[in-house]
This record gives sequence, structure tokens and C-alpha cells, in this order.
Amino acid sequence: MFENNSVKKIKCVVWDLDNTVWDGILLEDKQVYVKPIVIETIKRLDERGILNSIASKNEFDDAMNKLKSFDLDQYFISPQIHWNSKADSIEQIAKNINIGIDTLAFIDDQQYELDEVKYYHPDVLCIHADEVNGMLGRPEFIPNYITEDSKLRRKMYQDEEKRILAEVSFQAPKMEFLKSLEMVMTIKEAEPEDLKRVEELTVRTHQLNTTGYTYSFDELSSFVSDKGHKLFIASLDDRYGSYGKIGILLVECQKDIWMIKLLLMSCRVMTKGVGSVFMSFLTRKAEAENVKLQAEFIHNERNRMMFVTYKFGGFQVISEEGKHCILEYDFNHKSEYPPYVTVQIIP
Amino acid sequence: MIMQEMKEKIREFLGRYIEEDYSDDEDFYLMGYVNSLFAMQLVVFLEQEFDISVENEDLEIKNFSSVDNIAKFIQTKME
Repeated sequence: MFENNSVKKIKCVVWDLDNTVWDGILLEDKQVYVKPIVIETIKRLDERGILNSIASKNEFDDAMNKLKSFDLDQYFISPQIHWNSKADSIEQIAKNINIGIDTLAFIDDQQYELDEVKYYHPDVLCIHADEVNGMLGRPEFIPNYITEDSKLRRKMYQDEEKRILAEVSFQAPKMEFLKSLEMVMTIKEAEPEDLKRVEELTVRTHQLNTTGYTYSFDELSSFVSDKGHKLFIASLDDRYGSYGKIGILLVECQKDIWMIKLLLMSCRVMTKGVGSVFMSFLTRKAEAENVKLQAEFIHNERNRMMFVTYKFGGFQVISEEGKHCILEYDFNHKSEYPPYVTVQIIP
Repeated sequence: MIMQEMKEKIREFLGRYIEEDYSDDEDFYLMGYVNSLFAMQLVVFLEQEFDISVENEDLEIKNFSSVDNIAKFIQTKME
């Protein structure tokens, strides 16, 4: 177990358009020319699982049509093209994608815009458009792992955008909406080929993470083979597509007690109410095995939802020391799977 | 704030999730309407709407399981 102290990894790069993505100003110049280095950078970031977005002061339709003509439009998530401040756009993008603002980078050719964003959001990495060349070699833009899931990340966020639009247009209650997604959660014990993704999730996920423990690849490999641990991985699909592997549950198994060392869910599925489903899977399993079920929890500023998940899922705090506590499951609590998810367990 | 007004606000929020009719003392936990997302949204809603702060030790199902219990809980927090 170790703390991850390395350089902060960027999850999303926000681009200005005029004189940054292309040479020229769309509203003023007859023709603008997209910069080859920018195309290359956007595509390479995309392959690495780093998202691209836009903060540009322009007319939305004109700018999107121009991007379409360069065949670039599909690379951008949640583009902010309007006349409001870019500091607001940055904030909106972080909110829409549901990632921390400190995982955003912002690229612009105007010092004023860079300064403004920096002023309101000191944690955003601001880069001048002249420095795009060489960006790909910077450690902030090199993920620790590139997995099948990272390559699909953009598509998953785009599917999510479609879902959100569907949700807005859907007037019935939320529960009905969740049902309409026809979600299927598939749970299995992790296999060696899953471990890169497991490690990626432990490093990337802070909000929906009960302890924040990270493990080396070797430690994870040992959990897969040894009898003293169980490592489960959950994936989620719905009628719009797949979210990929989105949950991890690490359990330390002693003779009479199972201890949950780590329960985490990708922020991608935060609005789907499925954290409790994964947890119910384990409480049922522990009941069948006739063992006590306990869980470690370490509070931080962002993981309250996981504490709520435990507390409303039938766990009670049995000991507490500072930010660290141990909870135990009360088997009198009945744990039904909610009606909107089908659970599939692969033995 | 009078109790009735408080309960109306709570019901207004719950209406987004709960489709059937229910009484103020009905346990919607038993009705199957609680998941982690709902619980979290409820907690955040109560904090914002009633300007209270829900502490870790307050996060017990019994404080949030019915309109009556939520209203009682808010009252104790406001005192």
C-alpha cells in the first residue's frame, strides 16, 4: 500500500479555438487553418484516455461547423462556445464531466484568458498556445496506464451526454428514468488481465472511494492468487452502451471476518445509484458464507457519498480514530437489489 | 418554520423519486426507494434547504426514513 505522490495527471484538456486550434479568427478572417500539431496532440491525448473540451468565445454553430469541416468535432466533450467568461466555462466543464477542476488543463493564445482562468481556478494547469509542441512529453499528460477502458473513455462520456439529455427530456420521476436505462451490473473476481484497470481506477478515483488505498501491481497480483483476499470487479452496461469496468471491491478474508479494504466506483456512474448494488452483492455473499462483514473507512473531503452508502446500506460504526473508522454490517438489515438494475454474477 | 411547511418541502423533494402515495409516517426505506444516490441527494437537499449541517454521526437510517422522522431530525438540528 502506498500513497500516490507523483505529478497530478490531467484528465481533460480545454482548448481555445481562435489562434489556438486554428490560425486565424473565425469571425474576422475569410479562412482559418487548423494547426497540424494541435490535431496530432488532440488525437494522441484521446488515445491516452485524456478528454478534450473547448472554451471559446464564438458563435456555437459556426465554430462547431468549422470543427466538423476539419473532422475534429467528435473529439470534444461538453464544448463551451459562447461569450461568457472562460473561468465559468472551465468550471462548467469540470462539473459536466464530473471530475476535479485540478485535473483540467487550459490552452489559449491570449495571456489575458490564461490569467483570468488562473485567477479563479489556481489549480488548473494553464498553457500558452505556443507551448503545445512538446506537451505530449510532459508527465502531466502521460497516464500511468493506458488500458482498453482509457481508449474508450471519450465514447463513454459521449454516451453519458446522450443519457443526460434523455434524462432532461424525460419528465417522469427519477426512479422511472433509472428503470428505463435497463442497467446490468456484471460482477466477477478479478483476473490478471483486469489488474491494470484495477490499478488505474484506484489511482484515478477519489470521490467514490472508501479508503483511498492504492496498491502496487505486484500486490494486486498477489490478491488474485492468495486465499486471504478477494478482489471483485464490476462492470456496467445499459441500453446506451457500456460504461466498462467501473467498480472494485477488495476484501481481506479471515476465518470468521471479512474486512472490506477498498470499495470504489468510477465517477462515471455516480448518478446511477449502483454503489449500493455492488455492496449488497458482498453483504449477501458474506451472509451465505456465515462470516462477519466489516469495512474500513477513511474520511476525506470528497468521499462522503461512500460513507452514506455504507450507513444507509446497514453498516454501523464500531470504532473510530480520527478520520479512520471501522464499520460492521448488521445482517438484520435486508439488502434487496434495487428494481432498476439486473445483477449478473460470474462465478 | 412551521412543521407543515417543512413537511411540504420534504415531500416536494421526495416527489421526484417516489411515485406512489405515502403517509408521513410511512418508511420509504421499506418501500424500496433508498439507494446511495437517493440518500446522498436527500442529505444534500436537506442541508441546503434548511441550512443545517448533517454530521457523520447523524447519518442513521432512522433520521431519514419517513417524512415525520426527517422533519423531527431537522428540528433538532435547528435548535
